[in-house]
Amino acid sequence: MESFTLVRSALSVPIAPLQYMVSEPIQIFAYLKNIINTHDKLVSENLQLKANELLLQSQLQRLLAIESENNYLKSLLQSSHHVKEKMKIAEVLSVRFEPYMHRVVLNKGSQDGVYLGQPVLDANGIMGQVVQVGPITSEVLLINDPQSGISVQNTRTGVRAVVVGDSYSSNLRLMFVSKTTEIKQGDFFITSGLGGHYPEGYPVGKVVSVSQDPASQFAEVILQPSAHLESTRQVLLIWYQKHA
Amino acid sequence: MRSIIAVILTVMMALMLMLLPMPDWTVWLRPVWLLLVLIYWAMVMPYQVGVGVAWVVGIIEDLLTSSMLGEHALALSFVIYLVSSLHIRLKVSPLLQQSLMVLLFVLLYQFIIYCIQGFIGELPSSHLYWLSPLTSMLLWPWFFILMNDYRRWIRV
Repeated sequence: MESFTLVRSALSVPIAPLQYMVSEPIQIFAYLKNIINTHDKLVSENLQLKANELLLQSQLQRLLAIESENNYLKSLLQSSHHVKEKMKIAEVLSVRFEPYMHRVVLNKGSQDGVYLGQPVLDANGIMGQVVQVGPITSEVLLINDPQSGISVQNTRTGVRAVVVGDSYSSNLRLMFVSKTTEIKQGDFFITSGLGGHYPEGYPVGKVVSVSQDPASQFAEVILQPSAHLESTRQVLLIWYQKHA
Repeated sequence: MRSIIAVILTVMMALMLMLLPMPDWTVWLRPVWLLLVLIYWAMVMPYQVGVGVAWVVGIIEDLLTSSMLGEHALALSFVIYLVSSLHIRLKVSPLLQQSLMVLLFVLLYQFIIYCIQGFIGELPSSHLYWLSPLTSMLLWPWFFILMNDYRRWIRV
């Protein structure tokens, strides 16, 4: 099994140029569209971005203070866990799989240090994990794939659960949640960090419906992913724990 | 030699058309380009393009779309086997009849893929999945004429 993964990752090298060949012209088109944008539009966009940055910076200052305080408290408790991670931006290749495949291809591979099982984020939350690494490309299994599972935690009540992808609605579903568990529509779920795969505290999704079917033993909780799984162009790769 | 290059060029084109991102409303309408190309070549040159070629092309498709290795290879080689055993009848039949046969072939191909996807638990989320045989059928007459022109142009 181990050697087979190697074969597959080696075979991804002759395939990669074809993927780039499809992806590159589309990116160039997007770039050209950007160039011929009107001046006014760019100025207004710039202003908006500056305002946005100011807002984010102010929030960041508070977060930095909290983080240092948190690390200090943790060192007092002599816990070895520190909230520091290395990150890198990768780009999603404009390659379309069949509509029932919940995967994307990134333009970074083992040459950039990408490893199997690496968590991938976008600006709004967890996107998925790397399931196949080639030298120059890698493949990400999105969290709405039925094969993907993340351990999560409710931000309101602290209830832990495992979230899996739902292939029919391309949303997320909580597994084995008893009917008496306190979950409401609008609750946020973040990663709990228990599986060891995903770092702790990143948003995963928001509850859109809770239904209690008398015929089934568990409550059916549907989550909408926080990350924009279908439309994101740039994603963040995180080097987490022992890989950092 | 010339014919090999001609086939490789069209297969490359089909692979790129397969990967090309399209507007969202067309995702389920995309014709099965690769199968159409292979059906054409298996029809006009059944001794050069057969089950073996279909299998190799299918493996490449599997790698490109990161589906289960051998999934598309199985479906393609099965359908191409039927096409090459029927190639004489296909070649002399009128375009309309050909497109009906193509509809059957593509349906069979989609059915095999559907079964394998069912085994691994990743079924397509919508019944629109069955639309692409229709678009492939509607496209076939134009595709056939275009490929004929291409073949005459490259002289194989």
